[in-house]
Amino acid sequence: MFGRLTWAAIPFDQPIIMITAGTIGTILAAILLIVTLKGRWPYLWREWITTVDHKRIGVMYMILALVMLVRGFADALMMRTQQALAANGALGYLPPEHYNQIFSAHGTIMIFFVAMPFVIGLMNFAVPLQLGVRDVAFPVLNSVSFWLSASGVLLVNLSLVVGEFARTGWLAYPPLSELAYSPGVGVDYYLWSLQIAGMGTLLSGINLTTTILKLRAPGMGYSRMPVFCWTALASNMLIVAAFPVLTATFAMLLLDRYCDFHFFTNELGGNPMMYVNLIWIWGHPEVYILILPAFGVFSEVVATFSGKPLFGYRSMVMATMAICVLSFFVWLHHFFTMGAGADVNGFFGIATMVIAVPTGVKVFNWLFTLYGGKIRFTVPVYWTLGFMVTFVIGGMTGVMMAIPPADFVLHNSLFLIAHFHNVAIGGVVFGVMAGYNYWFPKAFGFKLNETLGKAVFWCWCIGFYLAFMPLYALGLMGATRRMQHYTDPQWQPLNQVALAGALLIFCGIALTVVQLVVSIRTRDKHRDLTGDPWNGRTLEWSTPSPPPAWNFAILPQVARTDAYWAAKRDPEDMKRLLGERNYVPLHIPRNTPVGFFMAFFSFMLGFALIWRIWWLAVVGLMGLAVAGLMQAWRTDGEVHVSAQEVESADRAYSAQVRPA
Amino acid sequence: MSAAEHTLAGSAEIPVSLRGPASTRVVAGFGFWLFLLSDILIFAALFAAYSVLSGETAGGPSATDLFDRKHVFIETLCLLASSVTCGFGTLAVQRAQAAMVYFWMTLTFLLGATFLALEIGEFRDLVARGAGPSHSAFLSAFFTLVGTHGLHVTLGLCWMIVMLIQVATLGFRPMVVRRFFCFGLFWHALDIVWVGVFTIVYLGAR
Repeated sequence: MFGRLTWAAIPFDQPIIMITAGTIGTILAAILLIVTLKGRWPYLWREWITTVDHKRIGVMYMILALVMLVRGFADALMMRTQQALAANGALGYLPPEHYNQIFSAHGTIMIFFVAMPFVIGLMNFAVPLQLGVRDVAFPVLNSVSFWLSASGVLLVNLSLVVGEFARTGWLAYPPLSELAYSPGVGVDYYLWSLQIAGMGTLLSGINLTTTILKLRAPGMGYSRMPVFCWTALASNMLIVAAFPVLTATFAMLLLDRYCDFHFFTNELGGNPMMYVNLIWIWGHPEVYILILPAFGVFSEVVATFSGKPLFGYRSMVMATMAICVLSFFVWLHHFFTMGAGADVNGFFGIATMVIAVPTGVKVFNWLFTLYGGKIRFTVPVYWTLGFMVTFVIGGMTGVMMAIPPADFVLHNSLFLIAHFHNVAIGGVVFGVMAGYNYWFPKAFGFKLNETLGKAVFWCWCIGFYLAFMPLYALGLMGATRRMQHYTDPQWQPLNQVALAGALLIFCGIALTVVQLVVSIRTRDKHRDLTGDPWNGRTLEWSTPSPPPAWNFAILPQVARTDAYWAAKRDPEDMKRLLGERNYVPLHIPRNTPVGFFMAFFSFMLGFALIWRIWWLAVVGLMGLAVAGLMQAWRTDGEVHVSAQEVESADRAYSAQVRPA
Repeated sequence: MSAAEHTLAGSAEIPVSLRGPASTRVVAGFGFWLFLLSDILIFAALFAAYSVLSGETAGGPSATDLFDRKHVFIETLCLLASSVTCGFGTLAVQRAQAAMVYFWMTLTFLLGATFLALEIGEFRDLVARGAGPSHSAFLSAFFTLVGTHGLHVTLGLCWMIVMLIQVATLGFRPMVVRRFFCFGLFWHALDIVWVGVFTIVYLGAR
């Protein structure tokens, strides 16, 4: 009846897990209770859960990412504490099988459920506004994408209490992840949650690529798009090209585990190294899927806060696209030690080093944009400057490891861990934090607290150096990754410094929450009534904060890059940008719960397959089909907004911004 | 569509990239092309896996021992013919001729179903001869690649039924026509993938 699911699946004997689960459960129950008591369910359902508005979906992606950041960071703190303690005969407080689950969950969550939703959320929110259009290409699909990601998140978190998570590292290399060596449900949780969330990501990539290529304001040619849109285009094209490979690779591993196939097994001709090749054909582009939009945010931030056009717009676009293409020619550098031979390793080593060239172009462009500018030191600028220093260091250690002989020494050492955290934190985290502070006033109509924002930055920045510089040193001293304990007492002091750094980063995360709460409470003091709190350059600042459901009353008429900036200098230009104010009725997409229902049935399907409850899997599949068919027969997909309504909203805003 | 879009869409000297948002028909078609591209990449990964593993027979039967090219040739003919009839069906949709749509699509469905029946027959035969997917990496890769294509054909057949019911209940409204167009693309894409399967798996058997 319930497949492999029994009461034994819940680890009652493990106090750490039970206390954590109890705490999370209590918090969740409290939230649900408060929402119910205050009668906010209809509001949540109507305005958020069923929404198809790209701005709200973007915000929900970011909330999801922030919540999962806390989960992923709890794992990080546990690992750092374990390694600070478990030296020289001491075994620490985490048993090996639990420790292995923690490092696997940490990597999986941070990449798939923190970095990805945060980056996709930013793109979802900002791209249509920057392009001067009313929504993404497929608004309902957008909602489906988000809810599929949420469904994956739920499965991963469920593995904490019901069953176990994978102990195989964040990429689940076979043969360890094969049924023979991982007979439990951990790898199945890993695979199904990522298949479901990955489907959401792929659909989102198709959606945003179509949006950027086919929906832009009149006059916005490719050479007039904001650089963030260019980086978003590159990133989403990479999603469309790379995620199918991930889906196919996981499907093969699933067939191995469920149907006794032999793609990656040790026996009967299976080839485990093929998995490693395939997963990195997805995995390396994935790195650029995350970092390119961050580069885009930094480009917007340096131009806006220097009060200058971005230096070398064309070279920036070319560098972005060069990275986009090159990212598919470097995957093998993740396993030079496979022994593919000098020629193959040489090719991939050189290709890897070549990527440093367009990246260097970008760094110089940002520097030259800042040069001679009248820089306003706001929170996004702090993150950007911190990024430029930190990321260059991370890039250089990356080039070091691109040298195959050096990599034979550094492979799977803590040096590698330090390197990729250096670029992931110094690049992606700093980037999304800059973007979060930069676009927050656009989304909610008030600014985030500056002082607390700077405190958050310093905690992260100093915390990062304290936590990961020791890991570079430890790696060179010979420490490998994923150690539950070690015998060399000389490694312990550096591990303790790293723990101190992690605690400082924890303060940064806690202060992010404080910043949000304080900013909401004092919002009346930091209102943005103009829609343009930073004296911005691109179209999203030419519409109210928060923008109406239709974003722009009349689509802007674009004649140059940084169109809004130019329009603010020249009344003639402004007239052309705003166009004739002939208001017409609009049709905007109507809210629908189909995304929520699809995610619900996907979750049911995933859970059923993990525990081999076949009848429930059939129910889940049928539910998905029914939800899809209901959507196919929906003919009232649009809401009519009258010209008067659009006009009165637009006139009220114009009166505020441009008193005649 | 706003007034500005109207004026811009009309003038020929303005480049397409500057004309503002494209029509829903163009947007939907383009999005579906991207989806097909991603789908073909799934096949690319499976083709790669097959190429790597096609020699790994683990002492069991190899490709030359198993495949019957005559059988596969008939399968191929069915699928290619179904693409032709699907093309006629798409033309009928554009002309909003319901009877012709039903005729051509029924023919397409029958040809597709025949293809699927032949493929299932081949799979059953292989399993009966002791060459199921669990016997070697080569057979795992073969069953997965060809089976994934078969799964797509199955989904295509289901989609075809849904589309015919849509025509019957909703008529040829733009939404339905757009979906029919996407279905056509999907069905032809399956043909392209099959040409790859036929060439690499069956003709390439050694």
